[in-house]
This record gives sequence, C-alpha cells and structure tokens, in this order.
Amino acid sequence: MSAATGNNGVLNAHTLEEIDEWLQRYPADQKQSAVLAALRAAQHQNNGFLTVELMDAVADKLEMSKIAVYEVASFYSMYETKPVGKHCVAICTNISCMLMGSDTIVNHVENKYGIKLGESTADGKIYLKVEEECLAGCDGGPMMQVDHVYHMKLTPEKVDKILDSLD
Amino acid sequence: MSDDLINITVDGKQLQARKGQMLIEVTDAAGIEIPRFCYHKKLSVAANCRMCLVEVEKAPKPLPACATPVMPDMVVKTTSELAAGAQQGTMEFLLINHPLDCPICDQGGECELQDVAMGYGNSSSDYVETKRVVMDKNIGPLISTELTRCIHCTRCVRFGEEIAGIRELGATGRGENMRIGTYIAKSVDSELSGNVIDLCPVGALTAKPSRFSARSWELTQHSTVSPHDSVGSNLFVHVGNGSVTRAVPRENEAINETWISDRDRFSYEGLYTDDRISSPMLRIDGELKPVDWQTALSATAKALSDAVEKSGPKSIAALGSAQSTLEEQYLLQKLMRALGSNNVDHRLTQIDYSDQQLAPVMPWLGMALEDLENLNAALLIGSNVRKEQPLAALRLRKASLKGASISFINPRVYPMNFDTASNIGASPREQLLHLLAVAVACGCQDELVTRIASEATVDDNHRAIADHLKSADNAAVLLGNSSVMHPDYASVRALASCIASATGAVFGYLPEGGNTAGAWLAGCVPHRTAGGVATETVGLNAAQMLDAPLETLVLMGVEPRYEQINSALARKQIANATTIIISTHLSRHAVDHADVVLPSAAFTETSGTFVNAVGAWQMFNGAAAPPGEGRPGWKILRVLGNELNLDGFDFNDVTAVRGELKTLCRELTLDNTYSADAIELPEPNTNGHELIRCGDLPAYKSDMLVRRARSLQKTVDARQNVVALNSVDLQALGLEENAVVSVQQDDSTVMLKVAQDDGVPAGCAWLPIGSTDVAGFGSLFQPVTLVPGS
Repeated sequence: MSAATGNNGVLNAHTLEEIDEWLQRYPADQKQSAVLAALRAAQHQNNGFLTVELMDAVADKLEMSKIAVYEVASFYSMYETKPVGKHCVAICTNISCMLMGSDTIVNHVENKYGIKLGESTADGKIYLKVEEECLAGCDGGPMMQVDHVYHMKLTPEKVDKILDSLD
Repeated sequence: MSDDLINITVDGKQLQARKGQMLIEVTDAAGIEIPRFCYHKKLSVAANCRMCLVEVEKAPKPLPACATPVMPDMVVKTTSELAAGAQQGTMEFLLINHPLDCPICDQGGECELQDVAMGYGNSSSDYVETKRVVMDKNIGPLISTELTRCIHCTRCVRFGEEIAGIRELGATGRGENMRIGTYIAKSVDSELSGNVIDLCPVGALTAKPSRFSARSWELTQHSTVSPHDSVGSNLFVHVGNGSVTRAVPRENEAINETWISDRDRFSYEGLYTDDRISSPMLRIDGELKPVDWQTALSATAKALSDAVEKSGPKSIAALGSAQSTLEEQYLLQKLMRALGSNNVDHRLTQIDYSDQQLAPVMPWLGMALEDLENLNAALLIGSNVRKEQPLAALRLRKASLKGASISFINPRVYPMNFDTASNIGASPREQLLHLLAVAVACGCQDELVTRIASEATVDDNHRAIADHLKSADNAAVLLGNSSVMHPDYASVRALASCIASATGAVFGYLPEGGNTAGAWLAGCVPHRTAGGVATETVGLNAAQMLDAPLETLVLMGVEPRYEQINSALARKQIANATTIIISTHLSRHAVDHADVVLPSAAFTETSGTFVNAVGAWQMFNGAAAPPGEGRPGWKILRVLGNELNLDGFDFNDVTAVRGELKTLCRELTLDNTYSADAIELPEPNTNGHELIRCGDLPAYKSDMLVRRARSLQKTVDARQNVVALNSVDLQALGLEENAVVSVQQDDSTVMLKVAQDDGVPAGCAWLPIGSTDVAGFGSLFQPVTLVPGS
C-alpha cells in the first residue's frame, strides 16, 4: 500500500508543522481528513499554486493515494493546479455585485493589466481569478478579495490604489 | 433467522428480503429488471447515476433502488408512470453529453447505455446544444479510453479502490469539468486493470488489443478455463472468423468471482504470432522442413524406439508443461513409461528435488479458495501472490481488510495490494534463517529445528508472525511459486511445515501453473505414476535431464531456455540430444536445434481438463480450430502410442483418457501432511563482495502464450533488460541508475541497464528468468559479476 516515502524536502518545515497541527484534530487512522488544510498550506508555501510534486508530497504525508489528492485539488476552486501570479485578485461578479457595477471593475482591471479573467500578468505578480461563487460581501458590492482580504464598495480609483500597493 | 426476513411487494409480487438489503439486490434475485449504470453487486453503492429510480408507496419522490434499504411491507412499483417518467428523465440527462454515434463506437452492440436507452429512454431529445468533449488519455497498452463517452458512474474508480486495492483512476474536476483519468500522464498498472473494461457501462474504457476488430454479434462465445495460474479462472473466449478475438470472465463465485486477471484476459494475443507452428516439420539436411503428419510421426517413433534400442530406455526423457491439459500430461507420462522410462517431469523451475518422495500426491491449497477470505493470519513463503495468483490475492486482501495479519518471507520484497504485517525480502540463505527464527518463536519442538535453533536470530517480526499464527482461529502457512525455485526447497518446506504444525495453521500450496496440480495427479513426475503411485525406480528430474547423456528429448509445451533455472545448460542439452518438440509455438532456439516438430493445439483449441489449487477438475472444450495442421496434444500422443505399438493407447475421445485417469485417482484424498526429515542451512557466503543472481519466473513471462502476448509484454510488469540492485550495492559498485553494465557468469555475458530497487536484498542482483534478454544466460542463484560497460 502507500507506504510513507518521506517528502524529500518538498514540503518545508513550516508547512509540515501546520499539517501536523491539523492532524492532531483528527483520529490517527483518518489522516485524510486533513487534506484540505494540507493542500492550503502547500499552496501557500508555493506562492499560490499547487504542483504535482506538492500534491504527491501531501499524499505521502497523509498516506493517501495520489489520485485521491488530485481529485480534491482539482475539485475545489480555491486550489490552483496551474502556475498563477503571486497575488490572487478575485472580483465578485455574482448577482448583487453585478447589479452594483462589477462589470466596470472587471473591465478596468483587465485593461489595466492587459489580461483577461483567469490569466496572470507576465511578471507573475497579479492573477485575475474567475470567481465562481458569491463571496458573501453583498452589502458592500461591488467587491473583491485580494489574497484573503475583502475590499468593498469598489471604484476604479479605489481598485488602482489597492492593486498598486501590492508588492 | 426468520426474524431477519421481511415481506415486501414489488410490482404486485410478494417477495421476501433480509433486513438491510438494498431494494435492487432483492429485485435482482427475483428477476425483476431495474435499469442501472453505477450499481454493481461487487462494488460499494454510489447512487450517482440515478437510473434505478423506482416508485415507493408513501415516499414523496422516486427513490434509487440501489440505495434504498428494504422496509417491512414496503410497496414498490418499478414500471409505474412515476418510475418510468423518472427513468426516462434520467436517461435524457445522461444522453445530453453522450455522443449518439453508436455505429462508430467499439462498445456498440454490447453497451449497457445503448440497451437501457432503447428500453427506458425517449426516442428523441429536447437537447440541441453542443456536447462536452473530453480529450482521451493514454493509460497503457491494455485499455483504450474514449472519455467523451463517460457517464461518470465511477465503477472503474471504485473497482481500483475497493477491489484491486490500488487507486489509479479518479474523477478530477467538478460539474461539467469532471473527468475520469489518472490526472497525470501515467499508465494503469494493476494486474487486474482489464476488469474496468467489463465494468464500464459505456464505450469509454474498452480493450485496446481487440478494439474495433469485431462486433459482438459476429462472435460466438465459448466457455473455457485459464491455464496461467492455479486459481483456474473461468473464462469465456469470443471467437470470430475462426480465431479467438478476446477473453472475458465467466462468473464463478467459488473461483474467480466476477473477475479475471489481465494475464488471463490478454494472453490470447499469443495464440496468433509469426512463430505459431502450422505444419509438422522434420530436420532434413540440417534444416527444418514441413512434412506430412505420417512422416513426422514415424520419425518421432523411430527416434524414440531407436534410442531405447541403442542406449536403453534411460536415454529418453520428456518435459511436460504445467499449462498442458491433464489428458496431455497423462498420456505423455504413459508413453514414456510404456517405453520403459521414468524420465518425465514438469517441474522446470525447481532446483532441489531431494524431498520429492515426501511431497503430497497433489500439492493443494489445503482449503477452499473462499476460505482465504476468512483467514485471521497467514504466512506466505516465496509468493508474489498478487501477480502470480491475482484472484487468490483478492481473497487475501478481503481477509486483510477484515483485520487479518498476513506476512511474507520472499526472495525480494514484493509490493502487495493490501496491508501486510511483515513483508520480508531476503537472499535464499537469509530466507531459511527467517523461517527458522519464526519456527523457534513458535516454540517448535521438532528435533530438526531445536538442533539448529542457535543459528536463528529471533526479532520482533518473527515473534509477531508466530503470535499471529498461534492466536488466529483460521491460520495458514502457504508455499508459493518462488519457494519451489529455492535452492533448498526441501528445507523451506520442512521449516514451513514445522511452523504450521507448531501453530495449528493449515499447511498449503499455491501451485505454480494452471495445471501444476494436474501434472502431479497425472504422474508427470519421475518418481510417481498417475494417481501418485510410487515407481520402482526413480527417473531423471527436470534439472538432471539437462546434464544427462540423453539420446532423445521430448519437449511438450515448454521452452526450457526460458523456464529452467539453468538456461545455459538447457540450451546445450537441446542442441545435443535429438529433440522432439510438441508445441504450439517454435522459439528461435528450437528452429536451430529441434529435430522433429509436431504442431499442437493451444488451450482454446482442444478439449481438456485443468486441476486448480483446490483440486477442482475443470473440463472445457475447444473454441476454435488450431491454425494449419495443428492437432490436439492428446491425439498426437495417442497416435504416437499406436505408432510405437504400445498397449493402452486406443482412446476414442478425450473423455476416455480423462476417465482412465479419474479411475486411477479414485482413492485419493488430498493431504498436504509433510514429515520433514532434514533441514540444512547452506554455508554463509564468505565472499562479501560477490553478488548472487536472484530472481523468479515473472508472471508475464510464465509460459509460452504469455511470453508472446504483445500487449502484456508492453506493460510495466513485463519489463526486461534490467538488473535491479539494492542501493547499498549500487553505491558499493559506484554505479548510477540506468547505467549499462555487462553481467557475467561463467562463459555467459549479457548487457543490461541497472535499476535501483531497495526491495531487492543487499548482495543480490535481481535478474529473473523467462525473458529473451537472459535466455541462454547462466543460472539463477549463482554468483554474477557486474562490469560497467558502454
């Protein structure tokens, strides 16, 4: 069976520590319960996207079959399985934000960087994520999420300020 | 018991059901048809296709029969307007993304989706928009993918996880982007992978070797039995235009359940190759030339009778095959014995024959195949059961999942598809020391063990194996294929039987070939005739035949150069003696050295019997005619008997041959009891730098047919041209992985690539027999030298 083959340094000490912390919350024979958290940590370590190597290391660490980890990573929209820019910019385009003018925001950002939703800038700095679901910030629409932080009541000027301040 | 039974009504019929059963199980048993795609009786319930929706009274919505447990007095309607409407709706949705181009699909005509759509769907669809398209993936030489056709039933995924024990396929992505595959570019390598072809209800996964070669309605189906392993899986072969186009499982719960191994499924490809013999041949002026049967048979008879006359009956010998039918094996030994020779054997891979007189009349499992599932503990010795008897491994896997402790002591670490308690890989001498340590840990008081107990180093692994075997209600010690090849097989067997008796475990064998058990019954051994009757004198065994001054050697269904431990010697003997070959195929070596060639029928082309590991005599008939002038082996031997004027060869049909042997075996009871009379530990290898060549006969190199099955030979398991070393030895020799080395032994040399494999014990160079790269190269279990080459 899938014997733990060690992760050969693919996952760094910080990631491993975080996975171990999550593992404590689940029964010892159900390590796969920690797969979502483990993938999140692995993705964070790699500046926002997962590689097959990282997913394999997570599989070994949690004693899961590799394909089972690929299934999880490819299912959830919060995991990126292809290289993307460092900063994840997700503009909500669901109904409330759309009514409040999210199209203008999307157009502005697309023109600003010369890329479409789902693409990353050539310098690898910005990734315009296609946000599939409502981010539950309807009271402040139009809104966007930049690296886990919500920004509400957006205007093109406000967006410029936020995005230009990213390192 | 009656408390557990409840009454339900389905379509107005009163049915009895066990509490907790799913509705579909009850209706299936009662012969009430409910359409389904994702449900399969051997797999977990997924309830994702929604095709089996039925109406249940008092339920507000249609319910899936596969995931609805029966309730007392439940009233079910499977064909009501509600049920039919639900099924029709499901069907329409399933067909939204499924191509409606059955005429160009390989599955067309035998497709569950096609059948169910005809029976339960609409004749037209409201959907006119575009359909999704999925790129096909290459998942290896055995399975073709056409993933646009996939309906996401996940049977293939569940098969890998739940049955085969190796999860290779998965469903990645979600919603419309969900697809079945391996995610990364990778082949599916399970030894049972072909079963997903049968499980797939659509044309998404089909058999690559037979794809687009025939339509199901053009084929005729014939029952047969697999010759490749001692489970004796029941098969159907499908025949079109006089040749076998594919093999599929024939359900037999007691033997192969509903599965077969890839070897059983794809070996038929070996039937039709360029080296298939189509006519009798005779060496005339140094060259093999086609002749008529009468000429060839007379020449054979003459070669045998001349040899007997000139040098006595001891100058003739015959090697039979563990894949030949019982009738062929019986007649081969009958012919030899009628000529006065006991030189007949089928044990080509064996080295140590010293305890053959103590061997059981027929080595057998010691229990039913189904009993393997109920073991609490088992010790398998020299067994790569997963590859060698994959269907037996599935039963052991079920036991393991229920908590059984299954351990191995093997010539290398073989990865298993279930959790093992200990999985030890060791050199031949170390294997004996491990076995001795387990025997000591068991508290074995046999004088043979106590005398050498001080040699053993008992560690926790050995104590755990002993404790598991002792405390288990059902325990077994089983000898596998590689144990028979062990240079000290007698000592392995003695220690194994000591462990079994000290722990109260069943002592059994996983016989090597599909008809190894039959060969013992038929008397295809030099010390016993049919029915296990000891002969007055003991003939030459298979290894001795290589070294004896023989005049005439008969090879029936074997290729000693691939199958014998000492390939170099096998090659020499065939070149020296007058060699008569009764076979389906002719190897290059035989072309150079055979004197008479008689073309025989393969297992799909003859009537016969195989005896499996539990002693079941499984009869079958020919499905297709042998190509050209090939004849069933039993007929060839029968006519040879007549030609030589021998008594007792006037059989009218194959049942008469079988009947004669059956009478001889009438009194037999199967008994593996073994009373050990010697255990010998070989001297330790004092030359620390010397590598010993170790190996086995790999599953995909096991016999003539398998070695020629093209697609199987492209799989990872058929890999050759590689010598594998432990990383310790690799470093000591200063070799890199994939470096080319010249491997030398005596006068033989072969150039191979080096692979790092820590499953190989240190001090061993893993270089199995059976493949073309090492045919004619030296011997197993002898020192080899590795010289870095270019």
